[in-house]
Amino acid sequence: MQLAVLGGFVLAAFAPLLHRWFGERAGLVMAILPAGLALWLFGQLPSVVAGDTLVFEYAWMPGLDITLTFLLDGLSLLFALLISVIGVFVLVYAGGYLKGHQDLARFHVVLVAFMMSMLGLVLADNLVAMFVFWELTSITSYLLIGFNHNDPEARKSALQGLFVTVGGGMALMAGLVMLANAGNSWSLQELITRGDALRQHELYLPMLLCLLGGAFTKSAQFPFHFWLPNAMAAPTPVSAYLHSATMVKAGIYLMARLHPALGGTESWTLILSLFGALTMVTGAFLALRHTGIKQVLAYSTVMALGTLTMLLGIGTQEALIAFATFLLAHSLYKGALFMVAGILDHETGTKDIAAMGGLRKAMPITMVCAVVAALSLGGIIPMLGFIGKELMLESVLHAERLNGLLLMMSLAAAIMTMAAAAIVALRPFFGSWKDTPRSPHEGPVSMLAGPATLATLSLLFGLLPSWVSPLVMATASSVEGSAVDSYLALWHGVNLPLILSLISLAVGLLIYRHWERWRDWQGRLDPILNRGPEACYFLLMNLIVVVSEWQTRMLQNGYIRNYLVMTLLVLVGLTSHALVYRHDLVLDVSLDVRAHEALVAGLMVAGAVTACIMRSRLASVAAVGTMGFCIALTFVLFSAPDLGITQMLVETLTVILLILVLFRLPRFATLSTPLERVRDVVVALATGGLITVLILAVISGEQLPSISDYMVANSVPEGHGHNIVNVILVDFRALDTLGEIFVLALAAIGVYAMLRFHADEYDAAKQRLPHEEYLDG
Amino acid sequence: MVKSGTLILSVAARLLMPLQLLFSLFLLLRGHDEPGGGFIAGLVAAGAFALYLFAYGLTATRAMLRVSPRDLVGLGLFLGVLSTLPAWWNDQAFFTAQWWTIPLIDYKFSTPLIFDIGVYLVVLGSVLTAVVALVENDPD
Amino acid sequence: MEPLMAVVIGILYATAIYMMLRRSIVKLVIGLMLLSNAANLLIFTSAGMTRGAPPLIPEGASEPLRQVADPLPQALVLTAIVIAFGVLSFAVVLIRRAYEIVKADDLDKMKDTDT
Repeated sequence: MQLAVLGGFVLAAFAPLLHRWFGERAGLVMAILPAGLALWLFGQLPSVVAGDTLVFEYAWMPGLDITLTFLLDGLSLLFALLISVIGVFVLVYAGGYLKGHQDLARFHVVLVAFMMSMLGLVLADNLVAMFVFWELTSITSYLLIGFNHNDPEARKSALQGLFVTVGGGMALMAGLVMLANAGNSWSLQELITRGDALRQHELYLPMLLCLLGGAFTKSAQFPFHFWLPNAMAAPTPVSAYLHSATMVKAGIYLMARLHPALGGTESWTLILSLFGALTMVTGAFLALRHTGIKQVLAYSTVMALGTLTMLLGIGTQEALIAFATFLLAHSLYKGALFMVAGILDHETGTKDIAAMGGLRKAMPITMVCAVVAALSLGGIIPMLGFIGKELMLESVLHAERLNGLLLMMSLAAAIMTMAAAAIVALRPFFGSWKDTPRSPHEGPVSMLAGPATLATLSLLFGLLPSWVSPLVMATASSVEGSAVDSYLALWHGVNLPLILSLISLAVGLLIYRHWERWRDWQGRLDPILNRGPEACYFLLMNLIVVVSEWQTRMLQNGYIRNYLVMTLLVLVGLTSHALVYRHDLVLDVSLDVRAHEALVAGLMVAGAVTACIMRSRLASVAAVGTMGFCIALTFVLFSAPDLGITQMLVETLTVILLILVLFRLPRFATLSTPLERVRDVVVALATGGLITVLILAVISGEQLPSISDYMVANSVPEGHGHNIVNVILVDFRALDTLGEIFVLALAAIGVYAMLRFHADEYDAAKQRLPHEEYLDG
Repeated sequence: MVKSGTLILSVAARLLMPLQLLFSLFLLLRGHDEPGGGFIAGLVAAGAFALYLFAYGLTATRAMLRVSPRDLVGLGLFLGVLSTLPAWWNDQAFFTAQWWTIPLIDYKFSTPLIFDIGVYLVVLGSVLTAVVALVENDPD
Repeated sequence: MEPLMAVVIGILYATAIYMMLRRSIVKLVIGLMLLSNAANLLIFTSAGMTRGAPPLIPEGASEPLRQVADPLPQALVLTAIVIAFGVLSFAVVLIRRAYEIVKADDLDKMKDTDT
């Protein structure tokens, strides 16, 4: 399992190579991985439905309690299935939509990486692993929204999405740390069994708010809903995948996952159901304001996300069943509708619904897909969306808190959603023919496969709810935290939800008939809407720019000396304050020095001081060299042969380096005034004195037990080495060393790049402008 | 600036260079039990090539090195990362050391050794990258 | 030995900082070299200095026969020495490039080149 997900990242890295081998068909080849995963996940279905939780454990860093454990229960299985199945169709679809696009390989790299991050997110058991995958989805989605990076709008939207979701990610991290501390575990499995302790913890509210901060931003809940419609700048396959079926549901997933641990309290119920309902109405309302087909769909996604949050807030068993059904239904129809939108855009050359009409003759298959999916969106019998909506209304009706208010809002949202469904499914295909920028015809098979399958599933699951019933109940069980025993049915008889559905159908169609008038009326609200959360976002961004400009002018004034003096004075001031007032300063100055050691120490000081006062570069460097060799000697005298050798070798290589560079550099010059020099001497002596006192305090203070005893004792038995220093470097602390050689490699590459860039630039400039020496400018 | 050295330097470099390289390998392999190891051995080897560079110039050194020093850096980092993986096979934590005994010569081979060779190559490659780039860049 | 070394390290820090506060860029490099050496010594000294007991285990034994010097700070300092060399080479090349472009060795004159 872990191998499949991590292997997916490797596959993403090889996407450009696959493109060289398979050309346009690379997407199909890459779709094999999610397809295989989906099949495997289907294979796990029976045991998960039976109530088992499958655990795949791998101890990644046991020392830090970080494991890469994957957890497969109803909730994560539903998500993983949606991600992999829709992922297959999106990969196939993208091959048609972006056919011939020069950056198709880059698209596949990021899309597959995203897919795997999303899978990791819903499968991870460890909070840290989950957070890493969470952030990876933010980053990959940033790259996907900004895929058309030549378009400034796309770049702006991508950045907005990134700022909002990553800002939420920070809150999430704080929340996760509090959660782990309160529940005394980093494992989700264990945390959800400690619900009572968590709910009574004193940090419950701040923890909940932080976690919801992450979930609300990711899942575009009010007031963070504005980034999602803007993210429609992404290519349509991305919108179909990220902004309907997967990424935006990450926040929903998090809330559902934590429901057994944190749910059921007063604050949980109030916050989630109110904000969810508000998001739901806002989304449905704004969907009708726009004529861009993707905008309409995006706002209806906001509506759906709000509904899901509200259902989690209500939290009754009924609501959780509704949650699982609605989630599945939404992913199916919204994926299909976005792909239809992509076909329309691809074949007609416009995204404006008002500019389309009468396309049913040109694109009959697309039309059927659109109508079927939209029926599910509108919640009309016999679609899965209908079951979802009925269950939703039913559970709102029975909600313990605020059910009157929530019911009103749900009805309003249902009416407007109905109208939006009619707009996307009927407008483009019926009515009189309108000429579009491109002469439309049916989309290619690769693009029709996805919407056709997803729309068929919406219908099939509606007609035969018993097919999905077990999976839905397993999902509801994981959200509930205990087994849910129920089943889905299409027909519940004539009851209040059905009547409400009929009302919403009638009123929704009425709005659809008078859509133009409705939009005009809505347009009058624009001045108010323009002062909404998005305006706050821009205000905040501008504020950040203004503040950072101000503080840059104040603090970053460009003089290194000023930074250094300021830093050092603060350091000396604070440390000496702490030393004097917080610490019983006992300095042990008993000396045990032998003559040759004193000589070496004296030479060191002489070298350093000489380096400062010499007026020639060579003399200064020689003096530093002397000091370096004395340090090497000190290492050898005091039991550090490895250090002595290393220091000696580095001194030699430093001489070579400086010979090559130093004499290309200017001679020493006296640039400062005597007063400045006095000031610098004072700062230098103060810092040096502080260091001396610090060392004395350290060596005379209480000795804490050394952590290296373990290493000394285990060097031979565990590390099979007699040189303990080397065993530490390559075995006990090898991860540190790995980081260090990366630093070294970076420094070398930096040196190479600086020198190389120079040579190329110089040659190119000479070729371009043989007579002018513009480089001096 | 660096073209060729004096006669003494040339002769010394020709004689010393193989010895230095051999010594660096010796330091590398014995590093787990005696003073030495990847860092020190890498520095010794870098010193050897630098000496050769000063004695015989850039072209001769390049010919002798055969590969670009940057490739050495890459290979070293690759070996370093590679040595983290075998622990997966035995279901142990990332980077846990693995030891194998090669039967015929009774030599102990291990992931820490692979890692140390990686360190050796990165140190050697980094120093040489910097030195070669600097010599190349010299306008003289 | 440690109290003497404490004074020596203090002096090294003072010289390093004095050189880093100069306006001439080459002096800045010298200061950097002094500083990295001083920092290495600081770590080495703070762990306590032991004469003639390197952290090596004799052949055949599985633990040191007597108390040896603490190996952990040595491992830290060993990598620090090599990295300091890497950073130094980066710094000198950076300064050399800056000098070639700005044609000034006065740090105060370099502060506005990015505008």
